[in-house]
Amino acid sequence: MATRLPTTDVIIVGLGAAGGGAALPLAEAGLEVVGLEAGSRLTRRDFAPDEIRNNVRDWPFAVQKASREVPTVRPNSSVDAVQAESHPMMNAVGGTSLHYWGQSWRLNPWDFKVVSETQQRYGRSRLPLGTTIEDWPFGYDELEPYYDRVEREVGISGQSGNINGRIDPRGNPFEGPRQREYPMPSLRWTNFLKRMAEVARGLGWHPFPGPAAINSRRYQDRSGCVYHGFCNKGGCHVDAKNSTAVTTIPRAEATGRLKIVTYAHVTKIETDPEGRATGVTYLQHGEEFFQPAKFVLLASYTYENVRLLLLSTSGNSPLGLSNNHGQVGRHYFSHHQGAGVSALFPFDLKAWYGLPAQGVAIDDWADDNFDHTNLDFIGGGNLWVMSDRRPITAAGMSTFGRAPSWGSAWKAFVKENADRSHSTYIQKTTLPYESNYLDLDPVVTDPLGFPVIRITGEYKQNELAIAFFLQEKMVQWYRDAGAIEVTRAGLGRTMGVSTHAYGGTRMGDNPETNVVNRFGISHEVPNLGILGASVMGTSGAHNPTLTVQALAWRTAEHVVSNWRALAE
Amino acid sequence: MKKSRGTISRRDLLTGVTLTGVVATTAVLPVATTSERHKAAPGETATQSSEGYEHLTTDEATLLETIVDELIPADEHGLGANDARAVRYIDRGLGGALSGFRNKYREGLANFDRFCRLSRGTSFIELSQADRVAVLTEVEAGTATGFSEDSSVFFSMVRRHVLEGMFGDPYYGGNHDFIGWDLLGYPGVRTAVTPAAQQRLEANELQPNHRSAYDWETFTKASARLSHRDPQHGD
Repeated sequence: MATRLPTTDVIIVGLGAAGGGAALPLAEAGLEVVGLEAGSRLTRRDFAPDEIRNNVRDWPFAVQKASREVPTVRPNSSVDAVQAESHPMMNAVGGTSLHYWGQSWRLNPWDFKVVSETQQRYGRSRLPLGTTIEDWPFGYDELEPYYDRVEREVGISGQSGNINGRIDPRGNPFEGPRQREYPMPSLRWTNFLKRMAEVARGLGWHPFPGPAAINSRRYQDRSGCVYHGFCNKGGCHVDAKNSTAVTTIPRAEATGRLKIVTYAHVTKIETDPEGRATGVTYLQHGEEFFQPAKFVLLASYTYENVRLLLLSTSGNSPLGLSNNHGQVGRHYFSHHQGAGVSALFPFDLKAWYGLPAQGVAIDDWADDNFDHTNLDFIGGGNLWVMSDRRPITAAGMSTFGRAPSWGSAWKAFVKENADRSHSTYIQKTTLPYESNYLDLDPVVTDPLGFPVIRITGEYKQNELAIAFFLQEKMVQWYRDAGAIEVTRAGLGRTMGVSTHAYGGTRMGDNPETNVVNRFGISHEVPNLGILGASVMGTSGAHNPTLTVQALAWRTAEHVVSNWRALAE
Repeated sequence: MKKSRGTISRRDLLTGVTLTGVVATTAVLPVATTSERHKAAPGETATQSSEGYEHLTTDEATLLETIVDELIPADEHGLGANDARAVRYIDRGLGGALSGFRNKYREGLANFDRFCRLSRGTSFIELSQADRVAVLTEVEAGTATGFSEDSSVFFSMVRRHVLEGMFGDPYYGGNHDFIGWDLLGYPGVRTAVTPAAQQRLEANELQPNHRSAYDWETFTKASARLSHRDPQHGD
C-alpha cells in the first residue's frame, strides 16, 4: 500500500531541461512544487575529464533508471523490434542538460508553418505522401518572448543575425527577428574554424557562430567556458554549461517552494472518476508513495512521457491517459542527423581542446531559406563544423583507405593524422508520418514488468533527399577548404533511439489529431500539462532544447495565470 | 608469469630498435621518459613477467600480449601497446567495467589458439611475424574458423580495448608513461585552456603535461568506478 503524502500544488515528473526550467516560474509565482527526479544530484566534482568513463563507457547513461527501460526499435510494422543498446537520456537533477552539447537554437519561423507556407509557395502537392504534419497552433512571433526570456534565464551565448528585422551579417541572416542580442557573445573560434568560415564566404554562403547554453564569459556569477575538451557527454567542472542543475533549479529551490525528491521512479499518473489527475505514484528505494497534487506536469522526455501516459490506464482511459483519441505515440519522429560527411586534411586542425557547441554554422540550405521549386523535397539542413576531439576517438579514426587498421602502417598513419580528420553530422527537417509511431512493446519489459517503448520509424524519401543534397554541399565545403579525402556516410533508414525525439504528445488545437492544446495542457485531462519535445510537431534543422525550454516556460506561465480554472 | 622465448627475443629486439628510433625521431617524447625506459629495458622481461594480472591466466595474458604486439607494435614510430600496458588495462577492466567481456576473452583466446594450431600447426607465439600477420588478417576478416561468433567480432573487441588501453587515461592501468598520448601528439588533460594556451597549441608550442584526470584531487574517483548498475536506485 502506497504511503500517502501531503498534497502539493504542482508535481513535475522529471527535472531535466524542460521540467527543471518550468520549476522556476511556478515557484516564483508562489506555487508549491514537488519535483520528482529518477536520478540523483551530481556536482562539479563528478565531472572528471575522463574519456573512458564519459564516452567509452557511456557514464551519463549508465547510472540510471532509463538504462533499464531501453526502447525497442524497428523500421516498420512488418518486422520485429529489437531492443536498442542504450538509452540516451540521463537521470539526474538537471537531466541530460548536464552533459548535452548545449546548442541552443531558435526554430526558423518557417518551421511553425510548414504546411501553409509550402502550399502557398509550391502548392499542396509538394507535401510528402503519408505525412501527418500540421502547422503549429501559433507562429514564431508567439514564442519569441519566451525564447528571449529563456536565453537570459538560462544564459545563451551567440551572435544575433536579425534584431527586429535589421540584419547583422556576423550572425544568422535567416533567423527569425529577435527583440535583442544574445546575453553573451559567441564562443571563440580556432584557426581551423576561422578558415572554414572564410571558405564558406568564398562560396557565397553566410557562416556564423552557433548559439550555445555555455557561458562565453562570466555570467550569473558562474565561470566562462574553459574549453578543456570534455564537454561531449561530460558535465562541466566549472559550471559554465548552463544545465538546469546550475541555473533555474537552484533559483527555484531558493524560493523555498521547490521540493526535490531524488531516486523517485514514477510508475503511474492517477486520476479520479471525473478524469482529473489526482497525483502520481512513485517508488523510492523499494517503497511506494502516492504524491497528491492539484496539477501534474509530465516532463520525462519523449519516450517516458508517452510510456507513462500509456501505462496510466483507468476506467475513463482504458487506452492510457489522455489517449481516448488514440493520439498518444502518434506523429513521432527522431531528427535525421545521420548521413554525415568526414574529411581528412593535410594539416593539423588543433582541435584537441574544443567543444561541440563551438563552431561554424551555415543556414543557407536549412528550412525554406532557398528556392525548392526545382527540387524533390521540402525543408533542408544545417551545416555545422565544430571542434571536438579526444585521444581514444582520434586513434579510432577512419584511415580513409590509406592504411590498414592495425600494425606499423596504421600506427604511422594515426601518428601523422590523429588531429587531421573532421566529421560533420547534419541536422535535417524531419517530418511525422502515419506509419511512424511509438507504442508499448508487446514483449520487452523493465524489471518491474512494465513494457518498454517500441519505436516504429523510418526516414522517408523527403529526409533522404535532403540528406543527399546537404552532403553535396558539405563535400564542396571540405574540398574548398583543402581536404585530401572526403567520405559520405549512408543516407540512413531506421529511426533509432535519439536525443532529438519529437512527437507522441503533439500540440495542436484539434483534439482529434493532437494530445495537448496550444498551451501544452492535455485536451482530455484539464490539470495535466506535458513538457518536452514530445509536444513538437516539427523539428526544423536545429537542436530542440531551447524550443523545449521556451515552450515549458510558456506552459508554466499559462498554469500560473489560469491557476483557478485549471487546478481548483 | 613466463613468456615464451620467441616473444621475449622479439620484444627485446623491437624495444632496442624503438629506443634508437625514439631518440632520433620522436621529439614529443620527453627525454626523461626515454632514459627511464632505457634503464628499464634490460630488465624488461622481468618487468613483464611480474605484471601480476588478476583476471587473465598466464597463457591468456601471454597470447594477448603477443597479439597486442602485432596490433600496435613498438617500431620506428615509437613505443607500442605493450609498453603502454594495454593488457594491464584490459585485465583490470575485466574485474570491473569490462567484466561482461570475461567469457568473451576466455573463449575468444582459446578459439584463437586452437585456430592457430589447426591452421598453422603451432601456437601463435611460435609463428614468424609474417605468419602472425596472416593469422590476424584472417581473424579480422571474419574468415578464421572455430569461433563461437564471427572471428571479426573477437578481433574488433580486442582492437577496441587495446585502443582504450593505449590512448585512455592512465588511471585505468594503460597508457603507461603517456606513451599513447605522446604518439598522437595529444598535449594532455587540462582543466582549462586559455586563449593563450590555444595559441601555443596552434603554434606547436604547447608541451604535453602528462597528467591523469584524477591527478586533480577535485575530481571524485568513485564515480569513475561506477559500473553499469547503480545499487542505490529507487526500484
